[in-house]
Amino acid sequence: MTAQEAVEQAYRDHWARLLALLVTRLRRFDVVEDGLQDAFVAAARTWPEQGVPDRPAAWLLTAARRRALDRLRREETDQRRLPLLVTDEVAEDEPGVLTDERLRLLFACAHPALSPDARAALMLRFGAGLRTAEIARLFLVPEPTMAARLTRAKAKIAVAGIPLRAPTADELPARLGILLKVVYLLFTEGYRATDGAELQRPRLAAEAIRLGYVLGELLPDQDEIVALLALMILQHARRDARVDDGRLVLLADQDRSRWHHDELARGRSLVNGLAEPYGQYHLQALIAAEHSSGAPDWPRIAGLYAELERRTGSPVVRLNRAVAVAEAGSPEAALAMVEDLEKTLPRNHLVPTVRAELLARLDRRAEAASAFDAALALVRTDPERAHLTRRRAEF
Amino acid sequence: MEYALLIYGDEKVWAARTDEERRELTARHETFARMLEERGAMRGGKELALADNATTLRRERESLDDAVSVTDGPFAETAEVLGGYYVIEAADLDEAIVLAKQLPERVVEIRPIVP
Repeated sequence: MTAQEAVEQAYRDHWARLLALLVTRLRRFDVVEDGLQDAFVAAARTWPEQGVPDRPAAWLLTAARRRALDRLRREETDQRRLPLLVTDEVAEDEPGVLTDERLRLLFACAHPALSPDARAALMLRFGAGLRTAEIARLFLVPEPTMAARLTRAKAKIAVAGIPLRAPTADELPARLGILLKVVYLLFTEGYRATDGAELQRPRLAAEAIRLGYVLGELLPDQDEIVALLALMILQHARRDARVDDGRLVLLADQDRSRWHHDELARGRSLVNGLAEPYGQYHLQALIAAEHSSGAPDWPRIAGLYAELERRTGSPVVRLNRAVAVAEAGSPEAALAMVEDLEKTLPRNHLVPTVRAELLARLDRRAEAASAFDAALALVRTDPERAHLTRRRAEF
Repeated sequence: MEYALLIYGDEKVWAARTDEERRELTARHETFARMLEERGAMRGGKELALADNATTLRRERESLDDAVSVTDGPFAETAEVLGGYYVIEAADLDEAIVLAKQLPERVVEIRPIVP
């Protein structure tokens, strides 16, 4: 490995951990990010000449801490107003300590006092360690927009006093729930984008899965994390078969040789290791496992969705349940289920899409055609629009 | 850190309270204030008179040279108005939220105070 590769490797392996460690000590995101940036620049300059240090992380930590402290001191002299916020000396590179710091940072990024947009951006920046430009690309917004969103969020953490600490045992279930929701929203935006030229953004979905692995390492024995990870892995494994030449391919028509069977096996083994009672992600993971089984057991899927709907009351779950009920052989019952969903989800194109397919199956062609028109008026990704246009033309 | 807990609500509802309800609410606020005192978190607080009684001063610019206009009523004519506040001391936002949750009010905005 060349020195330059070593710097890149160190960035991937250690950036987020070092940031977490320094931010919990210095409490200043901007200063720590700049200090770390300086440290990596210094590494890129000196490692090729002096050789890669034995412990690159410790080298980077020392360099970043020194530079961050320099910046804080300079600020203090310049403005004579900021107390030096250093709470204690940085501990040596102990794995246990670092684990704790990262967890604190992740929980701060998913704090309920931050907006959902801010949580998602912070999670990618400080949880996954992505650069601002990459996050902007993944969310399809201009880089200055994303930079401003991150700056606002970091300012809120500092000014509002959002603590960098892991939740207490009492708080953990609720706070972990929010954290997992942030990760799952990142994943779903990657799995089924809400707008744009592409149906999916596999890189975003992959980052969400990586965050799931990180969480699983930091908080072992939490079944909901394992369940979410399994769910994401199972859905992501079908990515290459879901789109063909820019066109949406429905589950029944997918080329199964393009599924990632190693990933499916991994997802299934995670699900099978989970104990009852089923949590929400567990139920969804069981459904995803059925979907990718080759011969889905639709009555079982419908039953799992019914249980999920009972727990969440979510209209999106009801929509999915209706699809399963139709596949299980009762399109009339399915149609009755989606009857009032257009009122609760007025801007979701999937409601008229499902209605159209159900009407088509019942041979109510004129009504199907008008439902396809309603779906086309709402759809926001190009592959789905192409699919709907093609289906509409058949009626 | 210091935080302001700003209590918002519908003045029509406040104005329509019976004496009995007012006494109960006052007692609940006294309990809240006592809890803050016991934790050493109390930095002050007041109930504001109804916004009908407010007077608003305006200038074009933030300058003492500018003429002041004086008008009757609150700054913003909204259904939900500021009705009172506490200033509390808390280690961080989480602690401030724990304390603010014990306020017997419908809407409480937590604002950090600039050090």
